[in-house]
Amino acid sequence: MIISLSWLKNHLSTKANLNQVAERLTEIGLEVENIKSSNGNLDNFIICKIIKSEKHPNADKLKVCDVDVGSGNLIKVVCGAQNARDGLFAVYAPPGSIIPKTNMKLKIAKIRGIESKGMLCSGYELDESSNKEGIIELNKKEKNIGEKYFKNIGEKTMDIAVTPNRPDCLGVRGIARDLASSGLGQLKRQPPIKINQKFKSPIKVSIKKEKNQGCGIFGSVYIKNVQNKESPDWLKKRIIALGLSPISAIVDITNYVMFDLNRPLHAYDADKIDKEIIVRNSKKGESFEALDNKKYMLQNNMCTISDKSGVLGLGGIIGGTRSGTELSTKNILLESAYFFPSMIRKTSKILNIDTDAKYRFERGIDPNSIKLGLELAMCMILDICGGTASKFSVVGKIRDERKIIELDPEKFSKVIGFSITNLKIKKVLTSLGCSLRNNGKKIKVLAPSWRPDIKHDIDLIEELVRISGYDKIPLLIPEKENIKDTLNYKQKLFHFSQRSIASKGYVEAVTWSFTDSKIDNLFSELKNEIKLANPISSDLDVLRSSLYSNLIISAKKNIHRNFEDLMLFEVGPVFKGSKPGEQTTMIGAIRTGKHSRKNWIEKERNFDVFDIKNDALRTLNEIGIDSSSISVSNMTKRWYHPGRSGLLSLGSSTGPELAYFGEIHPSIIRKSDLRTDNVLGFEIFLDNIPETRKKIREIKPQFIVSDYQKVTRDFAFVIDEKYSSGEVINLVKKIDTALIKDVKIFDVYQGDNIGNGKKSIAFNVTLEPKDKTLSEKDIDQISKKIVLKVQEITGANLRS
Amino acid sequence: MENLNQIESDIFNKIKNAKERESLEVIKTEIFGKKGIITDLFKKVGSLEQDKRKEYASKLNSLKTKVIDSIEKKLSDLDQSEINNKLQNEKIDVTLPGRSYFSGKIHPVSQVIDEVTSIFSEIGFSVEEGPDVENEYYNFSALNTPENHPARDMHDTFYLDLSKDLLLRTHTSPVQIRTMMKSKPPFKIIAPGRTYRHDSDQTHSPMFHQLEGLHIDKNINMGHLKGCLYYFVKKFFEVDKVKIRFRPSHFPFTEPSAEVDIGYKIQDGKIKIGEGDKWLEILGCGMVHPAVLKNAKVNPIQYQGYAFGVGIDRLAMLKYGINDLRAFFENDIRWLEFYGFDPLDIPTNYRGLSR
Repeated sequence: MIISLSWLKNHLSTKANLNQVAERLTEIGLEVENIKSSNGNLDNFIICKIIKSEKHPNADKLKVCDVDVGSGNLIKVVCGAQNARDGLFAVYAPPGSIIPKTNMKLKIAKIRGIESKGMLCSGYELDESSNKEGIIELNKKEKNIGEKYFKNIGEKTMDIAVTPNRPDCLGVRGIARDLASSGLGQLKRQPPIKINQKFKSPIKVSIKKEKNQGCGIFGSVYIKNVQNKESPDWLKKRIIALGLSPISAIVDITNYVMFDLNRPLHAYDADKIDKEIIVRNSKKGESFEALDNKKYMLQNNMCTISDKSGVLGLGGIIGGTRSGTELSTKNILLESAYFFPSMIRKTSKILNIDTDAKYRFERGIDPNSIKLGLELAMCMILDICGGTASKFSVVGKIRDERKIIELDPEKFSKVIGFSITNLKIKKVLTSLGCSLRNNGKKIKVLAPSWRPDIKHDIDLIEELVRISGYDKIPLLIPEKENIKDTLNYKQKLFHFSQRSIASKGYVEAVTWSFTDSKIDNLFSELKNEIKLANPISSDLDVLRSSLYSNLIISAKKNIHRNFEDLMLFEVGPVFKGSKPGEQTTMIGAIRTGKHSRKNWIEKERNFDVFDIKNDALRTLNEIGIDSSSISVSNMTKRWYHPGRSGLLSLGSSTGPELAYFGEIHPSIIRKSDLRTDNVLGFEIFLDNIPETRKKIREIKPQFIVSDYQKVTRDFAFVIDEKYSSGEVINLVKKIDTALIKDVKIFDVYQGDNIGNGKKSIAFNVTLEPKDKTLSEKDIDQISKKIVLKVQEITGANLRS
Repeated sequence: MENLNQIESDIFNKIKNAKERESLEVIKTEIFGKKGIITDLFKKVGSLEQDKRKEYASKLNSLKTKVIDSIEKKLSDLDQSEINNKLQNEKIDVTLPGRSYFSGKIHPVSQVIDEVTSIFSEIGFSVEEGPDVENEYYNFSALNTPENHPARDMHDTFYLDLSKDLLLRTHTSPVQIRTMMKSKPPFKIIAPGRTYRHDSDQTHSPMFHQLEGLHIDKNINMGHLKGCLYYFVKKFFEVDKVKIRFRPSHFPFTEPSAEVDIGYKIQDGKIKIGEGDKWLEILGCGMVHPAVLKNAKVNPIQYQGYAFGVGIDRLAMLKYGINDLRAFFENDIRWLEFYGFDPLDIPTNYRGLSR
């Protein structure tokens, strides 16, 4: 809502200046977002100089201009004018500007493949001349570059962010009332009007009684023999200050009243109305051409203002061209009606129309303002355009939904924290337009008809504290007492795992929860992708089912910038379905590139599976899962290299999945255009980590160390290649779990001297006796056991 | 009788000329071996006359001691020069770089979530969560924002179905409802999380992060809200002075509602929080609307309290001087390494929130 001090003073007698008013408005919840000179949207237009203009590579009639707008950087603008040339001073409109002629908002646009940031304007577009050929040529100097093209034409205005609960403040009078209530001046009385309205309106109005009728009341006045014209200067200035373009006195007056009283009106050329006005619901298939020059196809049950020939306009949303007023209009019908907010919202959403009237009606217009609006507009029209006015016709009635609210003054202090006197309550609420009656300790309050937001006592409490000032609320020091632990087990895991992984050299990424279905499908086991109904772009069309999708996309962008050695991870949700709760928390991490590159002391080497396996294992260890309870197997998912990936699971290979790790499948790497052939990753299922109810101190056994020497022995076998190292280790460990502390593989070899389909495997066994020093005999015995068992189970041969 | 002096000088010459341990060992054998020079001399002692024997033996013993000492000395000299040689040869250029390693980083969003959690933990809040996918009821209706309410315009919503029942939550406020529905008052929770709005331009990202706060008990009033947020802002920005303004506003799910601005100024091109005469909006809050309590099965006559919502990314931007919201999610490794935090920088009360 844009408002100037002089307009405000039509309703408020105050000595306060603009800054004082702005400050107070913000204090009472009408936030002044900015104060600006009142050129409105015209301030955007800037004097510029074309530094260079070249032919558009893809279009013969277009030019690409480098334009100096005084910001330091040159701006690229595509221009179709013949006269655009090097060195010319012109008028530049940046993106976001509203072009006066068309009322269109400029956007950054690609024109034939080249992005144009704004445009160079012709006199026609600025509504200054009828010459459509060529852009404006200015006779300016370098120092003028960056200056506003339009000189200031009015006073400063404030732009107020009116919250959706305050339709009354979409009018100057509503704002004045709030200011008066807060003590910044007095609300002026509106003088009674004295107009002779002798004849009855010749246009009959009826509201059709039907289900879902969107119109409650339809008031109108017929004014004959008007002379429509340009508005007087004062009115034009106010209209421009609102960011609107002056059109004609009649239209400008209806707009003026809308912003003055928050009372939308509509003016019809009465001679274009076929016999009578019928307010009725539309039927599917009906259509009309609206004042925005678009043709709308209507569905059932949209509230239309119609005549005998069909739809004239959409009630409370937009009028139609068929009955629009023109400068030649002689007789008008002025409409002031009440439309139900929900119906307005429904219709405008379906048709995607946004107008000032719609914006106001959907928030709730004072149903008692019908005559007030007609009176003010009629007076202004008679004053400026002449003519004779009929009696008012008001058709329809709506039920007054307001209820008496009981306010307990004690509740105010209970909720707000300081107390308020009954006198103050009375003063504030009365000044806001409420009617009050004492009822014992409580106060009975009837809210004014322009405040649809006041329904309960809490709404009155809000009004009281708002007008009293939020600075009066006491500041109570918070208590430092915890009812329960800050984080639960899963939350602790989440936070801990982030730092666990980062401490291994990974950089944490935060990526969007949606991603490109083409990439996500490569990592998904879902039957149906989880599509967004309204994605922001076609490459962000699904909820991710894997953390890999966005990590791969991020890696790609970095690799393409020549950052090729990367370690990235993310902890966050992945989605399994489109219902609330169908999501799990995962860790995803990738390494791509080399571990060492151009290092004098190390051989260059790629990251490999054993890097990534270690990372996954160590992370699991750190979040509390002992290595001894993690089973490693070669089970895998289809997005991994089938021979270079594995599963870490709890207990056994069929236990709950803890993590997958490995090389990403070569065909996926190729498809993703990663410009590398080495991408490894691991995924940890955080939700599968079992919650340990006991503290570590409770789980740990007693600390017992053996006083006896530990012994190590090496073994080497030639074994069928189908046996994995993990199987051999487990096999050996199980032979004597008390004595055998560790089994370390120190050599694996396949090739010459070893038979086909075989491999040589060498391991070192650590024996830790608990009760005696091992004799040679003891050691021989356990060694024999190991050899025999390995031979027995796997058919391996001991290497000599 | 041989001339002991001559023998002595011969021996010492030999020792002196020895170049390595091995030759010294040879010399040692030549002197003290079975047929060594001194061994031989001792053998002759017995054949001497009684009166000369004692004197000779004494001279011989003294010679023996001298030789042994000399050998020992020579040995230690040889050792020393050997070590000196070794040290000389083993010199390396320690300015050469070491082996490769990678330094991990924590994303500013995670860091700020940890900071904020630490602050609220101090004053008794615990952490709750809710799903990213919500239904219309939890995201809007239960929060007193019925369909066709204009407040919904402020939330450009991502939908998962055409009937617009399933959506990506536009704020963390649904966690209020879920928390209250699943247990009994009092409630004192914060809920950080991802939020989504169908809005993407220079200053908007379709995904961002919010922190919800909710405190419901029998006598929690707006003064508690004010106190809590003052405490939070002061702690978070780690400043002594802090200028805060509570300004009336409107949210459907709180009444009265407020927006909180903090004072700032620009000094040397950097934003300085807590002083100055400019205001920056950082959060929205208010007393939970009785209708919301009712929807969440909490008796609004017995219980009341406040709720607030803060933009986490925005907090991070302000505290750490990050200009561009979009960059948070572009995951440019240069940005992540520049703004990211060391994993050991865990925000705590006793060590301070940030270095």
